[in-house]
Amino acid sequence: MIELGPQSVAFLFFSVFALGGALGVVTSRNLMHGALYLILSLFGVAGFFVLLSAPFLAAVQVLVYIGAIAILFIFAVMLTRGMTRLTETLNRQWWLSAVVSLMLLAVLLVGVILPVWGEGGTNPNMPSTDLVATTVDLGVALVDGDQYVLPFLVSSLLLTAAMIGAIVVARDDTE
Amino acid sequence: MEQCINVIETLAPCLVASGTDPGLAQFISILLGVLLVTIFPLGGVIIFIWIERKIAARVQDRVGPNRVGPYGLFQNVADALKLITKEDITPAAADRLIYNFAPIVATLSVIMIWAVIPFSPVHIGVDLSIGVLYFVAIGSIGTLAFMMAGWASNNKYALLGAFRVVAQLVSYEIPMVLALLVPVLIAGTLSMQEMVQAQLGMWFVVMMPLSALIFYISNLAETGRAPFDLLEAESELVAGYNIEYSGMKFGLFMASEFIHAFTANALFVVIFMGGWAGPGVEQFPALGFVYFLGKTMLIYIPSLILRATVPRVRIDQMMNFNWKFLVPLSIINVLVMAFLFKVAQVLSLTPPPGLETDFIANLPLTAVLLAGNIVMIIGVLTVLRNTGRRERLEAEARRADDVRAPAPTMGR
Repeated sequence: MIELGPQSVAFLFFSVFALGGALGVVTSRNLMHGALYLILSLFGVAGFFVLLSAPFLAAVQVLVYIGAIAILFIFAVMLTRGMTRLTETLNRQWWLSAVVSLMLLAVLLVGVILPVWGEGGTNPNMPSTDLVATTVDLGVALVDGDQYVLPFLVSSLLLTAAMIGAIVVARDDTE
Repeated sequence: MEQCINVIETLAPCLVASGTDPGLAQFISILLGVLLVTIFPLGGVIIFIWIERKIAARVQDRVGPNRVGPYGLFQNVADALKLITKEDITPAAADRLIYNFAPIVATLSVIMIWAVIPFSPVHIGVDLSIGVLYFVAIGSIGTLAFMMAGWASNNKYALLGAFRVVAQLVSYEIPMVLALLVPVLIAGTLSMQEMVQAQLGMWFVVMMPLSALIFYISNLAETGRAPFDLLEAESELVAGYNIEYSGMKFGLFMASEFIHAFTANALFVVIFMGGWAGPGVEQFPALGFVYFLGKTMLIYIPSLILRATVPRVRIDQMMNFNWKFLVPLSIINVLVMAFLFKVAQVLSLTPPPGLETDFIANLPLTAVLLAGNIVMIIGVLTVLRNTGRRERLEAEARRADDVRAPAPTMGR
């Protein structure tokens, strides 16, 4: 029997946010509502990060996903008024997306849920101090030669390239 | 186990002693703390609006509110009562749910910032380890509220206002975050309380005036105050994103704007002017509250005079100023400051361990960083002067051309 502490209540609360929001995204006919449901869902995920003692990731989740990406979505939706009354819910590729999402579900079940399922998978008696990494640890990990400095540099290079690419695409060639 | 000394200081142990369930007792004490942190800005807004109206009146050679209560102090109470009793109109074609949620989100996004603002060494809502990042993240939710309001109203002026809000707020977030990077770098922490403690020896505004100035300007734009009040440019947009709102829903938007203006200055004080730091705070933590509010007023009142005196900039000027001036400047600022800080560390000019709060021990580091700042400021002023001169010459040349070949006028 799961013990119903404040953490579990908060987890249920954020789960409702994340799953309900995700359901709203795929069922709502109005793109604007869909974007707002997406924000609700992302907010729920930020709550999970807080429960997992990763406040930095929670703040980044809100800042990047809600503050930048979702706002950009809404901005694009606002500029296209005709897309607020969608009627067709399925297009011709529905079976393809169904296959892909089923495969994703299978991968998640086998790769993430199975290893921690049942006895020996999770260890609730492990002291949380062994698990919790501070923001300082995260910062050090990103610039430490033994850890993630190469992925960090590569992804920043990718972002810079993407930014330059966007400027080139958006630029007026006539000048 | 904590002891019940008196109800005010140790509420939770006292409740347990009187037979309440420990979990419930803790819940009640946390709830009371949350209420206190929330009520401060919400109650304070009555005073903020009064101060603002009085100062704007003085600048414009008027008296300002002076009928209700002494010095018109209760004018805003009367206004709030009026707003609550006004009819609440929802446009027929509005998106009801989003329309009704927008003012709540707008107020929330400002109130939630107060959770991480330290009032004194011991009084803070919650000392998050990511305080600075939290405030930036919450600020980005404010943008969302304006977009919800502008879109859900189903009004073209509201929608135009919302477009402007997004363009402005998203753009000015970049120099703001880059300016915040420097104090975070020097203090070595993201927590608000540790940020204040890092300034016990020397305020960051002395160490890095350029970052402080960039943060102040972009904060001014984030709050949508003059000269950056394009989101509610009356002559172009009638009222902006909140045009369809009436009654207390409009009141919430107005209150959140005034609270935001005060909050922005409070944040400036916490991050650059030492927050609650001042003589005698160690003995009497409550003094910190007085210092904090006093310093905030020191910044807040000039910002109100600024608001009442400067004209509004054009939208292209605003965007050019941000992208072609503030963003490059703040990037250079971060690079130079990081380099100088590293140099100071290598030359061991930083205060030795144990002496971080000592004024004298902080002087070498301050001198290095301040010198770097002065060089940068001189460079910026030179560039600005040359640009201004070139533009002036071009304008004069254009005018001379116009005189020689007058534009064709309408026939007589």
